[in-house]
Amino acid sequence: MAHAPEAHAAEAHAHAEEAFIWKYVFSKNHRVIGIQYYVTAMVMALVAGLLAMLIRLQLAWPQRDWGVLAKLFPMGYDVGGGFGVMRPEFYAMLFTMHGTIMVFFVLSTAPVSGFGNILIPLQAGARDMAFPFLNGLSYWTFFVGCVVILSSFFIGAGAAAGGWTAYPPLSALKGAVPGSETGQTFWIIGMVFFIASFTMGGLNFVTTIINLRTKGLTPLRMPMTLWAMFLVAVLGLLAFPALVAACLMLIFDRHFGTSFFLPTGLVLNNVPLLGPDGKTFLHQGGSPLLWQHLFWFLGHPEVYILMLPALGFTSDILVTFARKPLFGYKSMVGALWAIAGLSFIVWGHHMFVSGMNPYLGMAFAVGTILIAVPSAVKVFNWLATLRGARIRFNTPMLWAVGVVSLFISGGLSGVWLAQSAPDIQLHDTMFVAAHFHLIMAGAALFGVFGATSYWFPKMFGRMMNDTLGKAHFWFTFVTYYGTFFPMHYIGIAGHLRRIYDPYQYEFLKPLQPINQLITISALILGSSQILFFVNFFWSAFAGKKATENPWQANGLEWTTASPPPHGNWPGPIPEVHRWPYEYANPDFPKDPVMQHEPLTAAEMEVKAAEGPSRHEH
Amino acid sequence: MGRLQGLLFALATVALVVLATFYFTRPWLPPLKSDRIAIDHAIWLSLVVTGAVFILTNLLLAYFSWRYQDDGRTRAAYWHHNPRLEWSWTLVTALIMCTFLFKALNLWAAVNAEPPADAMLIEVTGQQFAWNVRYPGPDGMLGRTDHLLASQENPIGLDKSDPHAADDVLLLNQLYLPQDRAVRVQVRSMDVIHSFFLPNFRVKQDALPGMTVQIWFTPKETGDFEIACAEHCGLGHYRMRGQVHVVPVAQFDKALADAAVQ
Repeated sequence: MAHAPEAHAAEAHAHAEEAFIWKYVFSKNHRVIGIQYYVTAMVMALVAGLLAMLIRLQLAWPQRDWGVLAKLFPMGYDVGGGFGVMRPEFYAMLFTMHGTIMVFFVLSTAPVSGFGNILIPLQAGARDMAFPFLNGLSYWTFFVGCVVILSSFFIGAGAAAGGWTAYPPLSALKGAVPGSETGQTFWIIGMVFFIASFTMGGLNFVTTIINLRTKGLTPLRMPMTLWAMFLVAVLGLLAFPALVAACLMLIFDRHFGTSFFLPTGLVLNNVPLLGPDGKTFLHQGGSPLLWQHLFWFLGHPEVYILMLPALGFTSDILVTFARKPLFGYKSMVGALWAIAGLSFIVWGHHMFVSGMNPYLGMAFAVGTILIAVPSAVKVFNWLATLRGARIRFNTPMLWAVGVVSLFISGGLSGVWLAQSAPDIQLHDTMFVAAHFHLIMAGAALFGVFGATSYWFPKMFGRMMNDTLGKAHFWFTFVTYYGTFFPMHYIGIAGHLRRIYDPYQYEFLKPLQPINQLITISALILGSSQILFFVNFFWSAFAGKKATENPWQANGLEWTTASPPPHGNWPGPIPEVHRWPYEYANPDFPKDPVMQHEPLTAAEMEVKAAEGPSRHEH
Repeated sequence: MGRLQGLLFALATVALVVLATFYFTRPWLPPLKSDRIAIDHAIWLSLVVTGAVFILTNLLLAYFSWRYQDDGRTRAAYWHHNPRLEWSWTLVTALIMCTFLFKALNLWAAVNAEPPADAMLIEVTGQQFAWNVRYPGPDGMLGRTDHLLASQENPIGLDKSDPHAADDVLLLNQLYLPQDRAVRVQVRSMDVIHSFFLPNFRVKQDALPGMTVQIWFTPKETGDFEIACAEHCGLGHYRMRGQVHVVPVAQFDKALADAAVQ
């Protein structure tokens, strides 16, 4: 078990007097970088959330004249004559960029890059990440990606409008949709920066967790968050390269006349797309299905990249506030491994009706249905953890039970969609939107909120306001369900996704009142996030000072000051002697027993009797 | 005060269970007009099984949140491992999932089976933003198409020099189907990806440029229904709407001829 040399602490201290720009802007400190990621993700969430509000307004009242919005977004609303109705191409841009920004720049960034950086060295007992310079470089690469993505709104015909999945030919042919002009190129460049950044981060995560764990922190003594971060980094390293390759191929198809994704015979607006000779097609021999395979080869592991950290946070938080050990720790670790492994053989369930060979659909249905098993194991273990607990409902705990609730609600609809035949009816409907907003987006978002209120002391050395936090939770919890749960019903009724005006269809007309209800709920959901922003920034600067271990938790991160100094522990790094969830042990007068607490004489005897292999508890 | 949050969470969870159960048991599916009733059965079975798990797990979550709150005096149970319990729920879940899998794979195989030999051939070609519907006519053969020939007047590039092309019947956004006779639909696209969605028939198939995908089903009831595009295909995606008319077999040829004249 490698651990950082103690000399590093002194060296780190000498660095503490750095200039502001090196300390807080181009920092190499894991905690500062984590906070940079986190705050950038908050800004991106604000943008993507605003886009969602506009989407919802459109779905509730599609042909309404929005005077104010027409002034705010002239390119999106002003259809001439002072009539402020949304344009269909603007709507396509809204849902494309909402999805892209939320999935990659918010919900991959905040939990993984944000909390990963803040927590990995603290939970692993390391002075910093393995490669601090690479870590800083990774953040600034990500930052460039954000700038590229945001600037795409203001150039040419606007941002990409081919959906967050960017299926060619729509995303490859410039004439197919206005956003496929410069917007799509910016989208691809932004994504490549994001992936480069995520890869640097992933290398750092894996190396740190494998090589820099403190003495005694064996794999089966790692807290669930650390396990989740490790697996997420591995998923990212294995899955994202496929999307980079796809993005580069798409760039070539768009700008250099190749035909990776473009078949022979494309006709746009009744005009064949001819090559320079004027007699044969410009594009020949490609397949749009190839993009879908490459995209979802990343895309499905990606949804677990969003979710696994939230599952880790939830386990850690649940235990601390239940005052009871995590039930089935080994099966929880096993379930994470199973989910991570299976996530690579399920991507085709996004493609059941894509036109790929139906035999392939069968293979992907198998993997997809099997993934329900480790997911169910996690839920049962969480429930068993709560049984016989002594729960304290502080803000972090509310978010944690919220994740459990969303994981159940969103997970079960996955069983419907995993069966390829029912998916014929449900594919590309709002049922799918309900499913992934509850499980992937919701669980990740609630996980991040929980982690923020729980580890805030380690971020800023202060506590978040608990009353404001609870108010934020209740508004969010109720309106989150109010927004996304009814989407199941309209989805079963056939309500399509990504549709500018559903009421063009007779069979969707009766669903308008439900859409209006959803929109009202979504607007309250959106505005209640102000509570969080206020609480976050007010508490960061003026919150109550936090003690070392305000929640009486037992992990390593709670053995150092809040916030931790440069180098994380002023003295030597604590050694780990036991598993991370030793709560309510009747053999000890104090509760919990900290992870670095040396074994008692009685425990040593038991261990000696059992032999050297059983050392994890 | 401390116990209020747990109580609230329990009540909210129970409210969720009650509302979800009430609304999920209402008939949301568009009325079924084809022979694909097995898909509806699979959806209902999914609802019943996942609904039971939803109710059970949520009620446990609600009960535990309310019941096991910190009293400030006693410690939680030191209980974190029970191999028999853990293996039981893993295996039971796996068993239920394997049952689903078995049924799902059989149903998928049935849906994707070869169409009956007498199935009526229809071609549907998506383009931004319309559905081109084509029937082979009396000769039973679709004429050759060549996308190089595509133009405003000839959107699918029908090769008029092909003898089979002369009697082809072309319609725009109108799909006539015979009642109680299997139809095999060849789904294609001229430009981007569309998705041929018939909500009342439990039919959805992406229309891909460069590929022809065949699906088949049997319309069971007469009437007028809608075709929707289910795959985002550009700014006019929302208005890529067509109509389905199911008519008795005896009237089919006349209905098609009348529609073609218009």
